[in-house]
Amino acid sequence: MALVILKESYSGRIYNVQLGSGAKALTLGGATALPFLGFEGTFPNRPVVALEVTDIAPEDWPETLKKALGKASASPVSWAKFCQENGADAVALRLMGTHPDRDNKTPDEAARIAAEVAAAIDIPLIILGSGHAEKDTQVLQAAAAATRGKNCAIGKAVEENYKTIAAAAMANDHKLIAMSQLDVNLAKQLNILLSQMGFDKERIIMDPMSSALGYGLEYTYSVMERIRLAALLQNDPMMQTPILCDIGANVWKVKETMASEADMREWGGLEDRALAWEAVTASAMLTAGADMLIMRHPAAAAKAKEFIAELM
Amino acid sequence: MIIIGEKISVIAKKVREALSRFDPKPLQELAKAQAKAGAHYIDVSIGPAEENGPKLMDWAVKVVHEVVEKPLCLDTTNIKAMEAGLKAHNNAWGAPIINSTSNEPERFPMMELAGKYNAKVIALTLGKGSIPADAEDRCVIASEIMARGMEFGIPLENIFLDPLILQIATMQDQGRQAIRAVKMFQELNDPPMQTVVGLSNISNGAPKHVRPIINRNYLAMLMYEGLTSAIIDPLDKDMMDTAKTVEMIMGKTMYAHSYLDM
Repeated sequence: MALVILKESYSGRIYNVQLGSGAKALTLGGATALPFLGFEGTFPNRPVVALEVTDIAPEDWPETLKKALGKASASPVSWAKFCQENGADAVALRLMGTHPDRDNKTPDEAARIAAEVAAAIDIPLIILGSGHAEKDTQVLQAAAAATRGKNCAIGKAVEENYKTIAAAAMANDHKLIAMSQLDVNLAKQLNILLSQMGFDKERIIMDPMSSALGYGLEYTYSVMERIRLAALLQNDPMMQTPILCDIGANVWKVKETMASEADMREWGGLEDRALAWEAVTASAMLTAGADMLIMRHPAAAAKAKEFIAELM
Repeated sequence: MIIIGEKISVIAKKVREALSRFDPKPLQELAKAQAKAGAHYIDVSIGPAEENGPKLMDWAVKVVHEVVEKPLCLDTTNIKAMEAGLKAHNNAWGAPIINSTSNEPERFPMMELAGKYNAKVIALTLGKGSIPADAEDRCVIASEIMARGMEFGIPLENIFLDPLILQIATMQDQGRQAIRAVKMFQELNDPPMQTVVGLSNISNGAPKHVRPIINRNYLAMLMYEGLTSAIIDPLDKDMMDTAKTVEMIMGKTMYAHSYLDM
């Protein structure tokens, strides 16, 4: 008797969200089945990998990363170009220097940097605030206006500040990254609130809040699974936005990507270990349904892209 | 939960007058309001319409389709009027539903129409003679209807079994029997049969202030047993909130603080 493969039939579809313009523009989403189940649905767009750039020198980043970046990280512009040359599908500019506890840069300074970076690359740009809910509203408003027409993704809009950031995205024709904290119901709620203020749900990218392998990754994984099941099986229009996983910032803060071999002999060489940590975290998030990753090490990003190519 | 909006009904004075004058406005307003409130189908009930049935149904379908892009549930006992409605229906928005057939011979032609026009059909589990005594009785009738449906070339997924809701005020036990029937109907086929009720019958004869309470609690109980569609008033916000809440509690939709706004 011939083997009959059982297939799930889905009623939903992930929205197509375009970023950037021209030949290097990207489209996220479009899936009609759970991740990589090509026999059950169609996947018009493969997941993409963005590399992270910050507006200030990456002094607090681990040595492995600094070594990989070399002189490129001297300025956000040269760094962004380096990412583009090293296989990034997009650049994620994190305006860390605007945080009041860091350099407390003004919104105008941040906007100038964002505009310079946008002008220096032809791949899409993601603009992230420092994560300070209040300051981010001013920073992202200014940065969104300075990059008007570039079709960027700006964020992250959270419960405390979504109105202003969504308005800035709307006014300047950008896409919006909406983040909730590892809670599937609050993720849906934020998308509903954004829709109720007139923001088109098909212009939202959802960030379920990422983590690193060994540090709560399974929570993110299970939230993402539930989001996708609601999107595809329950055809829930509020859950059908593409998903962003901002993993680099988490991965490169854990012991496994920083402890030297001398300190942790049984863990093996630091560089291989750290790269593997970011690549494996990426592969888990891709399997859970990530449409876009933000990573830090170009070689780990290349591994993630290999993984995607194998599974598509 | 598939919601069939019941407001365009010949029983309502406003609708009856509009139908007699061929005045599209009241029908169109009700259609738009119901679609906006979340109805998936708009019921168009013209009654027996013995004099001008086909003309009236053709007109009603067209005027409703002018304002809403939803499939319609065509409700008349007049076979010729039903056929005119099916012909006029724009299937681009989904197949229409014939409301209704049953196990009474005079309703068999509705089955024939469902097969011919590839329409869905509501099948009242009502046979010759008296009303069904209990859920088991309803299942026997349902099986006969399903067999006949297949003879007419109707796929089983196009048949909505209706357990026949009777008024609680005079036949209290029947309310429970209909709930049991909804559960049992699903087991008559795999995949499970679709089910539908004309909900408000349950509270016929009860005082006006009690009716909505009976209706929405009954809906919740039927939904718990797997009811897949209901003919209700989607403009009744309490009713819609009940339906949304049951679906959420049953895990069919995901909870969010604003789930009632969806």
